[in-house]
Amino acid sequence: MIMPEPVRADTPSHFPAPSPRPLVISASRNWPNAMALAAADLVETVRLWPLVWTLSLFDIKLRYRGSLLGPFWLTLSTGIMVGSIGFLYSRLFHQNVGNYLPFLTISLVLWNFISTTTAESSVCFTSSEGLIRSIRMPHSLHAGRVVMRNILVLAHNLVVIVGVFILFHIIPSRAAFSVLPACLVWFADAFAVSLLLGVFGARFRDIPPIIGSVMQIAFYLTPIMWNPVMLEHRGVAVILVKLNPFYSLLEIMRGPLLGQPLNPQTWLIALGYSAVLIVLTGLVFTRARPRIPYWI
Amino acid sequence: MAGLFVEDVSVSFPLYHGESRSLKKTVFAAASGRLGQDTKHRLTVEALRNVSFSLRSGDKVGFIGSNGAGKTTLLRTLAGIYEPVTGSITIDGEVTALLDASQGLNMDLTGNENIRLRALFNGYSEAQIKQLLADVAAFAELDQFLDLPVRTYSSGMIIRLGFALATAIKPQILLMDEWIMAGDASFMDKAKHRLETVVQGAEILVLSSHNTEIILRWCNRVIWMDTGRIRADGTPEDVLSAYLPPDQFAHAMAGAAG
Repeated sequence: MIMPEPVRADTPSHFPAPSPRPLVISASRNWPNAMALAAADLVETVRLWPLVWTLSLFDIKLRYRGSLLGPFWLTLSTGIMVGSIGFLYSRLFHQNVGNYLPFLTISLVLWNFISTTTAESSVCFTSSEGLIRSIRMPHSLHAGRVVMRNILVLAHNLVVIVGVFILFHIIPSRAAFSVLPACLVWFADAFAVSLLLGVFGARFRDIPPIIGSVMQIAFYLTPIMWNPVMLEHRGVAVILVKLNPFYSLLEIMRGPLLGQPLNPQTWLIALGYSAVLIVLTGLVFTRARPRIPYWI
Repeated sequence: MAGLFVEDVSVSFPLYHGESRSLKKTVFAAASGRLGQDTKHRLTVEALRNVSFSLRSGDKVGFIGSNGAGKTTLLRTLAGIYEPVTGSITIDGEVTALLDASQGLNMDLTGNENIRLRALFNGYSEAQIKQLLADVAAFAELDQFLDLPVRTYSSGMIIRLGFALATAIKPQILLMDEWIMAGDASFMDKAKHRLETVVQGAEILVLSSHNTEIILRWCNRVIWMDTGRIRADGTPEDVLSAYLPPDQFAHAMAGAAG
């Protein structure tokens, strides 16, 4: 038997290793130093963007490996859920199906993004334990992976929204373009939430179940299944709804899609909550970043 | 010129047993003003204590010491995985750490997908990724297994993949744990040559091993770790003669000379 000429694999010389810059890891506790390292962490994640993308893609692929429809199970199950709930609840709430179903579809798809992102973010570091302990990598990469993965899921679910819009002949108005800046706010918030809850989830193992129950309560308190218009004549309840951070965030996406004009007040509340979240995350991440490998 | 400078580094692991890990305890402690005390009394394991040394191009260092002396923690700290509690580390050069065989491998993904992820981590172009895939495939000899999830591999196959992947990248600074010496005999013969190329190509080698023969062959400096501190730091002959019982030392020297 003639063996093929083996590739000269024993002289690995053509693969450079990464990061040729000197790296100083100092334990000093002063804020400027810690902030510089935290910022460097974020910059690295941006530089490793192709890795974040591929990791997220593999996550989705893995979840549906060997299944017939693959990730389109996401689309199908959302479609079935929206269809079945929509017709029942429009009767229950005495709403017109043509108005209620688009509302419900957008709400559920968006809420699905919020609730899975928060649930997965609280384990974003603990579930990557093997990676974190084997190679120095930016920690924010794991948060980016959670966000990217959920954006991919969201993209699959958008098909349902498009389907419902076609079914009910809804043509989005020009206000719908404000969805683009709203997306930016959403993804920035999702990234911040992933970092924040990831850090807390790594340190305190009680966090993931707590997040689970908080999100379940939030689902009922936030106008997702029910339209806030139903509460219009009950003063105090309206204020509670308006101050609900989930409501303002949902509304900057949902409102314009349903043809409502841009609401500056809702945007202001949403931006306010986002700013608080991002600043808080910045502080927590700067402080806790070096400790993450010790906690997981 | 590569360099690795360790200044007064301490690393301690907090022990989070049921009590201090719980959010409830922390919140109640904070509410009753006991948080400070709690923090002070928290149990920690001091894995490294005031370790200082500097390595420059040409230094090939072996870490020796009993189990639990802090060798692996020190390697992880040098790789930048654990950031020190006090002191600082300066890493000047490209680092590869071969810490354990399955390091960073995702068991659910296929071999090829894992190789791609590693390549992306190093920021390779698509052409380089193809080259790396071919290089690892040729060396690991896993053939069609590379298209199967790593979960289905035997432990020996995982070592092959991990080894081929880790040694495909030629670093300036190479950090190695002794797992690399494990593997079946036929593979080790092949692995030895490849490993030696990588070791010789590295400007700085840091090797943690119990195998004195390998340390004598590859290292020109030995650091003896004991309970998280440096007990001795010097030429292999000096440190090993203090570390080993006399008969074993004579045996090791004879083995290295022969």
